[in-house]
Amino acid sequence: MAGTPDHRNGSSRREGAVATDPALPPAAVDEGVRETEEKKWTPGKIALWAAIALLGGVAWFMLAIIRGETVNAIWFVFASVCTYLIGYRFYSKVIERYITKPDDRRATPAEYKADGKDYVRTDRNVLFGHHFAAIAGAGPLVGPVLAAQMGYLPGTIWIIIGVVLAGAVQDYLVMFFSMRRGGRSLGQMAREELGVVGGTAALIATLLIMVIIVAILALVVVNALGESPWGVFSVGMTIPIALFMGVYLRYLRPGKVLEVSLIGFVLLMAAIIGGGIVAETSWGADIFTLDRVTIAWGIIIYGFIAAILPVWLLLAPRDYLSTFMKIGVIVMLAVAIIAVRPEINVPAFSEFASRENGPVFPGALFPFLFVTIACGALSGFHALISSGTTPKLVEKERQTRFIGYGGMLMESFVAIMALVAAISIDRGLYFAMNSPAALTGGTVETAATWVNSLGLTGVNISPDLLSQTAANVGEESIVSRTGGAPTLALGLAHIMQQFIGGTAMMAFWYHFAIMFEALFILTAVDAGTRVARFMLQDSIGNFIPKFKEHSWRPGAWLCTAIMVGAWGAVLLMGVTDPLGGINTLFPLFGIANQLLAAIALSVCLAIVAKRGTFKYLWIVALPLTFAAVVTITASYQKIFSPTPAVGYFANNAAFSKALAEGKTEFGSAKTVTAMEAVVRNTAIQGWLSVIFVVLSIIVIATAVLATVKAFRNRVAGIEVQDNEDPARPSRVFAPAGLIPTPAERQLLAEWEKVPAELRFERAGHH
Amino acid sequence: MSAGLAAVSSGFKGFARYLGGVMGADAYAKYLEHHRLAGHQDPPLSEREFWRDRSDRQDSNPQGRCC
Repeated sequence: MAGTPDHRNGSSRREGAVATDPALPPAAVDEGVRETEEKKWTPGKIALWAAIALLGGVAWFMLAIIRGETVNAIWFVFASVCTYLIGYRFYSKVIERYITKPDDRRATPAEYKADGKDYVRTDRNVLFGHHFAAIAGAGPLVGPVLAAQMGYLPGTIWIIIGVVLAGAVQDYLVMFFSMRRGGRSLGQMAREELGVVGGTAALIATLLIMVIIVAILALVVVNALGESPWGVFSVGMTIPIALFMGVYLRYLRPGKVLEVSLIGFVLLMAAIIGGGIVAETSWGADIFTLDRVTIAWGIIIYGFIAAILPVWLLLAPRDYLSTFMKIGVIVMLAVAIIAVRPEINVPAFSEFASRENGPVFPGALFPFLFVTIACGALSGFHALISSGTTPKLVEKERQTRFIGYGGMLMESFVAIMALVAAISIDRGLYFAMNSPAALTGGTVETAATWVNSLGLTGVNISPDLLSQTAANVGEESIVSRTGGAPTLALGLAHIMQQFIGGTAMMAFWYHFAIMFEALFILTAVDAGTRVARFMLQDSIGNFIPKFKEHSWRPGAWLCTAIMVGAWGAVLLMGVTDPLGGINTLFPLFGIANQLLAAIALSVCLAIVAKRGTFKYLWIVALPLTFAAVVTITASYQKIFSPTPAVGYFANNAAFSKALAEGKTEFGSAKTVTAMEAVVRNTAIQGWLSVIFVVLSIIVIATAVLATVKAFRNRVAGIEVQDNEDPARPSRVFAPAGLIPTPAERQLLAEWEKVPAELRFERAGHH
Repeated sequence: MSAGLAAVSSGFKGFARYLGGVMGADAYAKYLEHHRLAGHQDPPLSEREFWRDRSDRQDSNPQGRCC
């Protein structure tokens, strides 16, 4: 690729460079000094990286090649962490050097737009935690569990390699480009870079994708709480707890966030323990044993109310609680897995890896494994978080690599731990829990017979094991508890009870896990509904200006109702689906999330091309191509596959034909009403797939056009206008990564000597 | 013994400060610092007013939470 018209370091990019105040120490480590520091390989450094590479290699060898009867969970930890370290140290450096080219002499939005509220320079380590808490949720905990159907190896490879080459690249690039644009959102960047057509398609696709994602997250909660009085009570209690916290923070002790979070946490633990006691009583079991349709309606009504209540009352306090739990749970899970080191009996590739009729999710390994594990490997939803909020808080440009790329690596690690937890339980249990009731029959006897009839090696499950496990975790039944959350909760309880408390504590750990997953998901549902409502209001506002006024109640309520109605309809469809719900809808969730990633990467592609970096465009093109191929193939199969289990329309045709022939039961639908429901559902799911894929192809096409145009302009010598904010000199300095380098320490020491008032003189005063 | 205790206590304090930072508990302190350094003449918002203003702004400017 010698003929690419690249503008190298130092030509056009330098015009953005700015003269910093000579009275202050430099705002960036000298290029030359940094280069020598990075390129200098001391024997110690070589030995360290050789050791990391060796350990990672051995771990991958144990997982992928040896594949004995059992494999120890610790190899998953080593394989992932060593690969992350190498990806971070080497690959993200390549991206930094050739694509983003951060310049610490430029002030970040947090510095030049500083207002003490939205734009605040934040310590890089704190912001890392903050960003991680915003991107990580239930997604990385659910997808890997479902993907375990195919064995552990395909999921493990995709989670670890996918994050290094795709997911973390997307998060990092979106964050960096948004930061250069004053913290603009993905939608605004799409419009600027791709024009009206591409921008509008991206906006509509984003809105629809949010509806699907919220609906399916809610479906996971419904499936975890259905027929579970303990779960319903303890998750239900989070609402009064959050209300109390909200009032406490607003009226009693404003600003005491940590204090109220601790109180909330204690109340939450009490709610879990109390749930066990309440579920034991006959009145408790009566009141809180709810069927899934009732719970779905409850969540829909709750979602509407939560989205119109003021933020301080419900959303903000629950967000504090959720962040608090998130950090605690993830640390706990990591410590437990390292301390317990469970042996894994699941084969590397299961019988279902080469078939397309798996009971957990249908379809072949390619492409469906890659859409089932979305969060943890490549998640388009992150692009909405990485643009907007976090870029307004970044202190120095170079820190985006640590926060964006590093934060996503951390999420991937969460996904690996979820996978380990899910595969540490008995395989027979796994299939009994994750297959729809249409297949298992719903009772322990039928489920055991069905699972044993699958002919899986080493699987021979007894009805007693199913009822004993249910009793251990304090549930009526664990048969067909689809959605991933109950399986993860069981896996976590299984590992944690070996660490603390024994079998007697299993029920507590199980409900603890259900509680935090529900907490994450309900927070995502609230926030997702709100964000979607504002997007809808702004869109309608283009035609009816009154809708742009966010404080106009009728408009706000109407748009909230539309959004809740949309995801509520999909949720109810999933809950009542005779085919199972999760197995038909989860692929749609994964496809939607990956299509959003393709949209985000398209925007990045256009930006990188407009910056004149063609030689390394493959760094963006590689994950974009992969995401596009995976999602378009998956959509294609969902739309055109003749296999009814895979293709929505094939299923639709099969059921329509059965109805036309006057049959009263067909497949897993036992009544005419159920058959009609399948016809309706498959039609909706099929058309949604069509709309998603068409919108995404439009966005990708406009991005490729923008890229080609940028290339032609470069060749013709026409200067391409970028949409970055003008460069301004920075008056602060902070190290780029977790541990400051010697040169950074030296510069920090110089800055220490500067009096504070000179350091940040009137930087934010307009 | 007391040195060890002091180390534990300072470690714990550091952790609490970090956690507080991640959750945004130090937002008011940062606002005050900004206000002071920016050289505004008018007095800063009180703690109560600041947090009210913050949650009211979140009402019209929601932040996504990921899946």
